[in-house]
Amino acid sequence: MHEIDMTRALLASLQEWKLSHAPRDPQVNTVHLEVGAFTCVEPDQLVFTWDAAISNSWLQGARLAIDPVPLMGRCVRCQNPYEPKPNQGYRSPCCSHPMEEIISGRELRIRSVDYTFA
Amino acid sequence: MHMPLEDTIGLNLLAANQHQAEHNREQFDAWHLLCLNLMSSPGAGKTSLLERSLAQLANEFSMAVLEGDMTTQLDAERLEAVGIPVIPITTGRACHLDASMVRGGMKLLAARLDPAELDLLWVENVGNLVCPAEFEVGEHRKVALLSVTEGEDKPLKYPVMFREADCVLITKIDLLPYLSIDLDRLENHIRQVNPICTILRVSANTGAGFDAWHGWLHQQRNAQAPGFAPRAPHSLREPAVL
Repeated sequence: MHEIDMTRALLASLQEWKLSHAPRDPQVNTVHLEVGAFTCVEPDQLVFTWDAAISNSWLQGARLAIDPVPLMGRCVRCQNPYEPKPNQGYRSPCCSHPMEEIISGRELRIRSVDYTFA
Repeated sequence: MHMPLEDTIGLNLLAANQHQAEHNREQFDAWHLLCLNLMSSPGAGKTSLLERSLAQLANEFSMAVLEGDMTTQLDAERLEAVGIPVIPITTGRACHLDASMVRGGMKLLAARLDPAELDLLWVENVGNLVCPAEFEVGEHRKVALLSVTEGEDKPLKYPVMFREADCVLITKIDLLPYLSIDLDRLENHIRQVNPICTILRVSANTGAGFDAWHGWLHQQRNAQAPGFAPRAPHSLREPAVL
């Protein structure tokens, strides 16, 4: 259940944002995340651990909204974008080339935060 | 009434860890040492690899180990027996090392010796093929180990780890006579998710492949220059817009 550690890392990053960039005492409604398919994070488990982690914190009541991002590669031989599949060894269907260039799917990004002032 | 606001952050989820990792790497650079992050599943042979490499390289490099395995005392004792300073890092029940844990280990290290006199600093991560791949600790190079008993399909089942590695060591090759594993197929699976990493076959038991492995280490040490960091494309190193 490494999503607990991911959630801790997420809270630490939000804390950094709060201290350095947010106006005083933001009341966070929603945190929007982009989670790529080619990461070690399972979105459902992240939401589950999030709800437990934020109780009694400054983020209490905040919702985690996760936008999944599919894994997309680009065949370096013919430049075609493709969706790498594990059961095809992540190879490009056009040239059967290994997954060299990843266009998307590695995202673990806090896209935005909705908040009001307390 | 308060207007709802939306801050566009574009900040990596792991930004806080990443910032600490960058600080660690700056400190390693200031000490002019090369930091290697050793990662694998439990039992793939990280400690055995280190035992042999530390003993064989003792005359060529000045070295120390940050030991992050949860069975820390056992591994630390094995490595101390080789005569190399080992700093155990307490991970609690965490399944990986993060940058601030390594920061704690660096402080203990600096209290014990002058890190500027080191050439290589090894970080032995917690045995796990999932999490360590996402948490940088400030290393210059990521080394992933995969033992021949783990099967040919692991690179496809745990692709992120093998995607991020700069070097993949296929370990325990002295066991090959007893196994039906196809090594070319295994290497091919690694190449499918990471066409440009170095792949080496080694046995810490017999020493097979260690000349090539130590040659790779020398190569990395010689190539080290400011800005030297794991070369794999990684979303973490996108500019964090704040």
